[in-house]
Amino acid sequence: MESVIDIRGLGLAFERDGKRAEVLRGLDLSVARGSFVAIVGASGVGKSTLLRVLIGLAEASAGSVRVSPRGAERQPVALVFQDARLLPWRRVVDNVAFGLEGSGLSRAERRAKARAALAIVGLADFAERWPHQLSGGQRQRVSLARALAVEPEVLLMDEPFSALDAITREGLQDELTRIWAKTGKTILFVTHDLEEATYLADRVVVLAGAPGRAVADHIVEAPRPRSRGDARDEALHASVRHHLGGEELRDGAGV
Amino acid sequence: MSTAIEAGAAPPARPRRRPIPAAALAAAGLAALLLLWEAVPRLGLVSATMMPPPSALPAVFMDELRSGAWTGAILASLSHYLAGLAVGAGLGVALGVAAGMSRAFEAATAWIVRVLRPIPGLAWVPFAIIWFGVSTRAAVFIIAVGVFWIVFFAAQGAVRGVDRDLIEVADAFGFRSARERLVKILLPAASPGILVGLRTALGQAWMAVVAAEIFGVAGLGQRMMQASSLLATETVVVYMLTMAALYGLFDAGFVALQRWALRWKA
Repeated sequence: MESVIDIRGLGLAFERDGKRAEVLRGLDLSVARGSFVAIVGASGVGKSTLLRVLIGLAEASAGSVRVSPRGAERQPVALVFQDARLLPWRRVVDNVAFGLEGSGLSRAERRAKARAALAIVGLADFAERWPHQLSGGQRQRVSLARALAVEPEVLLMDEPFSALDAITREGLQDELTRIWAKTGKTILFVTHDLEEATYLADRVVVLAGAPGRAVADHIVEAPRPRSRGDARDEALHASVRHHLGGEELRDGAGV
Repeated sequence: MSTAIEAGAAPPARPRRRPIPAAALAAAGLAALLLLWEAVPRLGLVSATMMPPPSALPAVFMDELRSGAWTGAILASLSHYLAGLAVGAGLGVALGVAAGMSRAFEAATAWIVRVLRPIPGLAWVPFAIIWFGVSTRAAVFIIAVGVFWIVFFAAQGAVRGVDRDLIEVADAFGFRSARERLVKILLPAASPGILVGLRTALGQAWMAVVAAEIFGVAGLGQRMMQASSLLATETVVVYMLTMAALYGLFDAGFVALQRWALRWKA
């Protein structure tokens, strides 16, 4: 299958306080167009760093990263941060339109696209609100709409639901599955929650070690639509835990 | 009346005391001050020249208004005020933002700032007169110096304090030039802090107006000095109150503007 992301021998190291810290080493990963891939791993293993390299917020020190968009998108990848990071001085619709500025579209066209993206995440009626008037879950949906609005080929998501309460999180997981099915985007979803990964993704890549590299790569067979029970794929969980060799997965923060 | 119904039933309720509205108290306080102020010269405790009673002021005000002196002084002072504020605040915001954005710029100017900052605005008066003469430009210069540092430090601090995470959002969406960063993130994010500095500057600039004009540039301050040298103390008080009113007007206007500009804040 045609891949939209090709990562070969990716390494990333930086100097901090005169000490060299190596975050990633020799990471290979190909992501098929239209697939939903979850990256799991313990905090500090470099999951978020991988996304930051793909979006250009961090620079690889070794290897190559190639993103091959189908068309000539101005922005082939878009990132949804762990916290919504909305710009508080912009109304919801203008937050969503943010990434479209500089695209040559008029303000009216940008706002129209933003409203369409808000409709996808079910917040069409909130376009004129200020971010502080939204709940945490709504803010994260606006953040998702902001990424969708630029019509990227690949959606990068960095533990986007980890700061939300359980009920909101489950609602957004279902919504994301629906959006993925509807838009056909490629999604690279970083999480430290293995159940979340197996509930959402086609494929789960496990990062482990310091520096981090891919130690396991599983195809999730459960048919869609999935029930949350399917996520309890005990064999898969056991296998992943084996690869992680006792590393603690669920310890909040992430990197 | 409801008292008729309650009569005889329950033991007489203690009349509930309503708190007096703050505005009423404020008005009463002001009235008390005016009364005291009126009484002191009238009772002969102090001569009316030393302390002109408020009742003498309206007539003096009308004279000043009719002669055109009042309007002329206000217009002259306002032009100094606005020009000085625009120059001082404009430069303060521009250089403060630059210092907040660029470590190199901040480092290069650090010692210059350390030398110039402690010099009071009024200490520039001799040079203002030497450079510009007793002129509008001298007044504008003194006012601009008086507000520059307040705005400079407010802008620098506000820009420095902008959440790095928001700058990353701009980066993630491909807005990476200094100009895009400035316009899309830094200025709006720093605007609350910059506006606080500007509001302080608004008050500081009035002080500088009076100071500049006392040295002879036409305006409220000059008119006050003329009146004072003739012992026309009522006129002095009229202009003092005029300044208070103008300041109040500008401050209220600015606060309204500020509230509108920051309506996105929780």
